[in-house]
Amino acid sequence: MATLQLKQITKSFGDTDVIKGVDLEVNDREFVVFVGPSGCGKSTLMRMIAGLESATSGDILIDGARMNEVGPADRGLAMVFQSYALYPHMTVEGNMGFSMRLAGVPKEARREKVLEAAKILQLEPLLDRKPKALSGGQRQRVAIGRAIVRNPSIFLFDEPLSNLDAALRVQMRIELARLHEELDATMIYVTHDQIEAMTMADKIVVLHDGVVEQVGSPMELYHHPCNRFVAGFIGSPKMNFLDVDLVQSGPEGVRIRLPGGEACTVPVDGSRLAADSPLELGIRPEHLQLDDQGPLAGEIKVLERLGGQTSLYVQMGEAMVTLMTDGDVAHRVHDKVRFGFAPGRAHLFDAETQALPSLHQHPLAGLTRHDNRLSSTSGCQ
Amino acid sequence: MTTTTKHDRLETSSRGGGQAVPARSAKLPFLASANTRKLGLTVLGWTVALLIFFPIFWMVLTGFKTESAAIADPSLIFSPTLESYQAVQERAGYTRFALNSVAVAFGSTLLALLIAIPSAYSMAFLPTRRTKGTLLWMLSTKMLPPVGVLVPIYLIFRDVGLLDTRTGLIIIYTLMNLPIVVWMLYTFFKDMPKDILEAGRMDGATTFQEVCFLLLPLTLPGIASTGLLSVILSWNEAFWSLNLTSSKAAPLTAYIASFSSPEGLFWAKLSAASTMAIAPILVFGWLTQKQMVRGLTFGAVK
Repeated sequence: MATLQLKQITKSFGDTDVIKGVDLEVNDREFVVFVGPSGCGKSTLMRMIAGLESATSGDILIDGARMNEVGPADRGLAMVFQSYALYPHMTVEGNMGFSMRLAGVPKEARREKVLEAAKILQLEPLLDRKPKALSGGQRQRVAIGRAIVRNPSIFLFDEPLSNLDAALRVQMRIELARLHEELDATMIYVTHDQIEAMTMADKIVVLHDGVVEQVGSPMELYHHPCNRFVAGFIGSPKMNFLDVDLVQSGPEGVRIRLPGGEACTVPVDGSRLAADSPLELGIRPEHLQLDDQGPLAGEIKVLERLGGQTSLYVQMGEAMVTLMTDGDVAHRVHDKVRFGFAPGRAHLFDAETQALPSLHQHPLAGLTRHDNRLSSTSGCQ
Repeated sequence: MTTTTKHDRLETSSRGGGQAVPARSAKLPFLASANTRKLGLTVLGWTVALLIFFPIFWMVLTGFKTESAAIADPSLIFSPTLESYQAVQERAGYTRFALNSVAVAFGSTLLALLIAIPSAYSMAFLPTRRTKGTLLWMLSTKMLPPVGVLVPIYLIFRDVGLLDTRTGLIIIYTLMNLPIVVWMLYTFFKDMPKDILEAGRMDGATTFQEVCFLLLPLTLPGIASTGLLSVILSWNEAFWSLNLTSSKAAPLTAYIASFSSPEGLFWAKLSAASTMAIAPILVFGWLTQKQMVRGLTFGAVK
């Protein structure tokens, strides 16, 4: 059992508030990913959980016990650093066994434990090497091995894949997911890469400017972002945003006028909208379809063929809109195109950039990586 | 297609230059100038090195001359003799001074490192708003002429019975070298990735273990060169050793000075004594120069 609770955590460096009151609950054996742009405070938050940084106020509870004043080594955590932070003057075995050496574990027992971890990570042939004689992926595995050996109740990963090349990153991603399954431990993972977040997380915590914007399963964040920031941050390519005019609003839907002049009804709850309040329509590139009868029109400015898919960058008046279309689309740059979307796929954001609640829950929104139902802690904050 | 383009470009460039020079040879003047520069730098380097080395060379040479040959017109041709070395050895025991030098130089270096490592650690890894200021203040004490504090220090040393003792010299040398030792260690520690120490902390290391098992082994080249520099500075120090010691604790610098006697300067003997005094540190520097250079450029070359 290892649960983590953060209660009104804040952190200030001098006059700068980096974390502004974070509440979070991490359940046992959950894979939680902190994601956000650089400078959002995600690494600071993780370092506070690790005990490398003290919280200015608030409580950090591990398995219900307050940990604010407990040293990093006594919290039952292990951390994998972005730079791996291997001890360059020690062999792989020395690196992995260092914590036990400090704890005074006899050499034999140490070796046994190291071998056990090395087996999980296929590091056995490398045990006598120094870190500088290892490749990036191998160093990464040693860093993970050093964490495993400590038998922690919670693993912390601080952007562990950002120093690897693209192919290796995919491989390590799969390996980490496998490891999570195998070790059956709670894991907290920090990244700025939303693909890592989407593929690995049971629960994603989107941070922005030291505040939690939304907590939820990857599919929940994708289908029901609770504000414009989350909508724009999750999903690649980024969601398109268009200014639209409000025609009529009510609890059964909001009727809007699109830039081309046509009107459509988006199935969201507009009961709290004031008349003539400014609205922004959000629609993902993959949910826009080329359609000769479509309500939107523009000129293709850039066209990127990826083989299976083609991205079109379409100029629509002032706005540039991205479309993800079929790979075999025959259009060329400067072609005029018309396109549309299913209103159920669209999102509407009010003047405070908050999303209007959707009338229909997406069927996959509650699913995690393991097809498990999420706990009740998820939701907008 | 590509060849034509290249050809076209070459033609254009030679036409643009106003001369029908083939494009390939246009590179040569650049190469020649690089070579000339290299040669120039080599010559300059050797000239400076020889200029610096010449006095030492001349001193060694003079040590092997007779007193009369030493004050005669400078000449490279003479019959070498060990006369001065014998005379010097008879007058004062070299070994005693040398042992004092060794004890004082290494003792003060050890003490300075013991004090400086924890201070540099705290300044590098736990800086406060005043750290930069403290470092600058420490360095500024090096700008004070030592003679300015001679009287108070002499009086203090006299009152606590440290005059003419090795302990006294060790203390004064430690204080003298501490700013530079702290500064050097600070820059070496600063270059150490913080993550590694934090990983150690996560692994359960106490601050002491962190320093012993991680920081010291990883910054050893820096610590070694700092130590070497401190040994050399202490060995060569003359002002305090001449003023605070007389016989018991006098190091080699006092030994040299003792040959500029009131009866006049005996150049050959003075040279012989100086050669003997600097020989150990010269050999020491020679043996450790690789380590020194590596350490001193450790932080600079990144």
